[in-house]
Amino acid sequence: MSTSVLSVDNLNAWYGAAHILFDVSLNIGRGEVVALMGRNGAGKSTTLKAIMGLIERRSGAVTFEGRDISRLDPFRVARLGLGYVPEDRRIFTELTVNENLDVGRQPSRTWSDGNPAPVWTEERLFALFPNLGAMPDRPGGQMSGGEQQMLTVARTLMGNPLLVLLDEPSEGVAPVIVEQMVNTIVALKQEGLSILLSEQNIHFAEAVCDRAYVLEKGHIRWQGEMQALLADTETQRALLTI
Amino acid sequence: MTIDALLFQALNGLASASSLFLIGVGLSIIFGVSRIVNMAHGSLYMLGIYIAYSCATHIGGAFGFWGGIVISTLLVAAIGAMIEIVLLRRIYRAPELFQLLATFAVVLVVSDLTLWIWGNEDLLGPRAPGMTGAVEILGRRMPTYDIFMMFVGPAVLLVLYWLLARTRFGRLIRAATQDREMVGALGVDQARLFTLVFALGAGLAGLGGALQLPREPANLAIDLNLIGDAFVVVVVGGMGSITGAYLAALIIAEIKALCIALGAQTIFGVSFNFSRLTLVAEFLVMAVVLIVRPYGLMGRAQGLIRTLAIPEEPVRAADAMTKGLAGIVLAVLVVMPLASAYWPYATVLGIDMLIAALFATSLHFIKGPGGMHSFGHAAYFGLGAYGAGLAVKAGGLSTMPALLVVAPLAAFAGAALFGWFCVRLSGVYLAMLTLAFGQIVWSIVYQWETFTGGSNGVVGVWPQGLLADRSIYYWLVLALTVSGVMFLRTVIFAPFGLGLRAVRDNPLRAAAIGLDVRRIQWIAFILAGTVCGVAGGLYAFAKGSISPETIHVGRSIDGIVMVLLGGLQTVSGPVIGGPLFTLLQDTLIRQVSYWRAALGIVILIIVLVFPQGVVGSIAHWRQWLAERARRPA
Repeated sequence: MSTSVLSVDNLNAWYGAAHILFDVSLNIGRGEVVALMGRNGAGKSTTLKAIMGLIERRSGAVTFEGRDISRLDPFRVARLGLGYVPEDRRIFTELTVNENLDVGRQPSRTWSDGNPAPVWTEERLFALFPNLGAMPDRPGGQMSGGEQQMLTVARTLMGNPLLVLLDEPSEGVAPVIVEQMVNTIVALKQEGLSILLSEQNIHFAEAVCDRAYVLEKGHIRWQGEMQALLADTETQRALLTI
Repeated sequence: MTIDALLFQALNGLASASSLFLIGVGLSIIFGVSRIVNMAHGSLYMLGIYIAYSCATHIGGAFGFWGGIVISTLLVAAIGAMIEIVLLRRIYRAPELFQLLATFAVVLVVSDLTLWIWGNEDLLGPRAPGMTGAVEILGRRMPTYDIFMMFVGPAVLLVLYWLLARTRFGRLIRAATQDREMVGALGVDQARLFTLVFALGAGLAGLGGALQLPREPANLAIDLNLIGDAFVVVVVGGMGSITGAYLAALIIAEIKALCIALGAQTIFGVSFNFSRLTLVAEFLVMAVVLIVRPYGLMGRAQGLIRTLAIPEEPVRAADAMTKGLAGIVLAVLVVMPLASAYWPYATVLGIDMLIAALFATSLHFIKGPGGMHSFGHAAYFGLGAYGAGLAVKAGGLSTMPALLVVAPLAAFAGAALFGWFCVRLSGVYLAMLTLAFGQIVWSIVYQWETFTGGSNGVVGVWPQGLLADRSIYYWLVLALTVSGVMFLRTVIFAPFGLGLRAVRDNPLRAAAIGLDVRRIQWIAFILAGTVCGVAGGLYAFAKGSISPETIHVGRSIDGIVMVLLGGLQTVSGPVIGGPLFTLLQDTLIRQVSYWRAALGIVILIIVLVFPQGVVGSIAHWRQWLAERARRPA
C-alpha cells in the first residue's frame, strides 16, 4: 500500500451515554477509494463524524497526513484538507447553488510531500456536474434530491480536500444519479483524491472501491480487498444483506 | 382631523420606523446565527446613546456629534465582540434558555456600569449640528432631523442587504443561520464568525442608540424598555429577516402614528382616546401577526434547527435523602416565626421567599416539563394580586375568599385566554407572544385608572382578622406554597405530566401516539397560571399594596432567573432557585450600592460554574462521581 493519508486507531465514540463505536481502526492510502460498509445502524456515519470531530465524546487516535487530528475542532480538521459530505446532504436551502459553493471555498493546498493537490473551481465543478451548471442561481431548497446530492459533493470539493469522507451518496437518489455518482468518484480518484465511502450497496462499492471495511454494531468485522468481499458470500450474508 | 394631519403623522411614522428598525435588526441578525436571544440588546443600545452623549458634549460641534455616532457604533460593536468572546462562547452548548440568564446578567452589569459612569440623571443631548431647523410640510413644521431619520432606516437596510447577499461574510451568516455545524465542517471558524456577527448586531444597536440622542434623553430605563420593542420587531418581521424587521417597524410605527392622529374619537356614542393605544399597539400587532403568521411576516417555518445543546435529562422522583432533607427544611420553616422574637425580619423575608418559591415553581412547570418558555408569567401573578386586592377593596370580600377563590380565578381566566393562543406557537415565538400578553395586561392595568388605580395601584390591602398577625399569615403562606408545589409535583409525575413531557420532547411523535398536543399544553398553561395567581394573591396581602410593578416585564424576567438559577431539569430546582434569588436580591440591595452589578456578577459566576443550574449541577456531579467510582482507574 502507498503512503497512508488517514489512519484511525481504536476509535471509540458515544452519543450521550450510548457507546456506538468500539475500537474502530482503519487506514486509507493516497489515491485509494475505500468502502466502509455495514447495515443501517452499524456505525458507518458515526465513524465519519467521529473522524471529522463532529462527535463530542470520542477517544482514539486519528492521524491525517502525519498530523494528530483527534482533538481538533471540525473546522480545523476541514482546513487540513479533510472534506466531509454528510449523508443527509445538509444543503443551505436559502442559498443558491453558487452561494452554497462559496461557503465551501478554501485555499488550494499541497500534499505532505509538497506536490499540489487538485484545485476545484466553479467551472471545473460545473463540468463535473453539468446539472449544477444549468442552475447556478437556484436556491438549494428548490432542487431535487439528486441535484442536492451533487451540490453537497461539489460544495465539499470547493475546499480542495486531499481526502473526502463521503457518507452514503447513493442513498435515496434515482438510479441515474447513482450512476453519475459512480462516474464522479472515478473522476475524483483519477485526480488523485483519497475517498472513504460509507455505503450499504455492494454494487455501488464494487464499482468504485479498492478495499473495504465492514462494520457491525460498532465493530470492524471484516477487512480486505473489494474483490475478496465480492467473492465471500458468507461474509456478505452475515454482515450486509438484509 | 384632516387628511393633512393624517399624512403628516404618517411621515412622522416613517422616522419612528427607522428608529424601531435599528432597535430590532441587530437582535434579529444575532439571533439568526447564534440562536441566542440577547437580552442585553437594549443595554447595548443604551450604551450607544450614552457614548454618543459623551462625544457630543466633550468633543462638541459637528465632529463631536456625527463623529460620536461613528465612535458609538464602533465602540459598542467592540463591546459586543467582547461579550461574545468572554461569556457567550463558553455557553453555546448550555441549554438555550440558560443563555438568556447569562445575557440578562450582562443587562444588570451594564446597567450599573452606566449608572457609575454617567450617573442617574437623564442626559439630554444636543440637537444635530446642521439639522436644527424644521421644514414646513403640509402646513406643519417637521424637524429636519426627523426627515434625516426617515432615510436612515432604508439606507441601513440596503447596506445590510448588500452585505448579506453579496459578500462572503454575508453568505456565511446566512448559511450558519441554517446549519452552523455544517458550516464548521466546511472549514469555517464558527467562533470567529459568531464574534463578528455579535459585533455587527451590537454595532447596529449602538448606531440606533446614538442616532436617537437628539430625540430622547439618555436614561437608565432604556435597556429594559427597549427589549420589548426589539423583540416585537424581530418576531413580527420573522427571526433573522432584515427586510421583515423593517416591514415590522414600519407597520408598528404607522399604526402608532395613526392612533395619535385619530386621538379622542366618539364611536357609537362611546368616546375613546386612541392615543392611549400607542402603549399596546405594537403588542397587539404582534399578537395578531403571530396568530395569523406564526413565523412572522417574512419568516419561514423553521425545519429542524441543528443546535449544539445537550438534550434534557428526564426528571426523576426525589430519592430518600432528598425527601428527608426536604422534611427537615419544612420543619425549620414551620418553626421559623418563633425566631421572629430575636429577628423580626425573619417572617417578612420568609414570606417573600415562600411566595417566590411558589411563583418560580409555577413558571418552572410550563418551562421545564412543559417546554413552553414563558416571558410573561408576571401577568398571572399580577392578575392574582389585582384580583385579590380589588376583591377586597372594590368587592368588599374578606381575605380568605379573595385569596383562595378570586386570585386563582382571575389568573385562571387570563391563562385560559392567553394560553389558547400561545400553545399554537412554539419556541422563541411562543416566548414572545407570552411577553406580548404580559405587556398588554400591564398596559391595561396601568391605564385603567378608575378601576385599578393606574400607576398608584391599590393600597391598604392588608389581611384581616386572625391573618393580620404576621406569624399566622406566614403559616398560611407556607401551607399554600407547600400545597401548590406538591400539587404541581404530583401532576408532573402523573400520566398527564408524562404526556406533557412527551409533547415537549417530540410533539410529532406524541401526536402520533394519540396525545392531543395543544390541549395538553393548554391545560398545563392554565394550571401554571392558576397556581401563579395564588402566589400573586399572597403577595398582595403580604405587601398591603399592589402597583403595576407587580405585572412588569421585570418580574417575568426575575421568574426566569429564579427557575434557571435552580435548574430546569429538576422538580426541586425552582423551590430553591426562587428563595435563593429573593435572598440574593434582598441581601444585595441592603449591603451593596451597586447591587445590580453584584447580582449580575453572581449570576455570571453561577452560569459559568453551574451550567445546568445549581440543583442540576449538583445532580450532575453526583452522577459523575458515581460513574468514576464504578470505573476502575
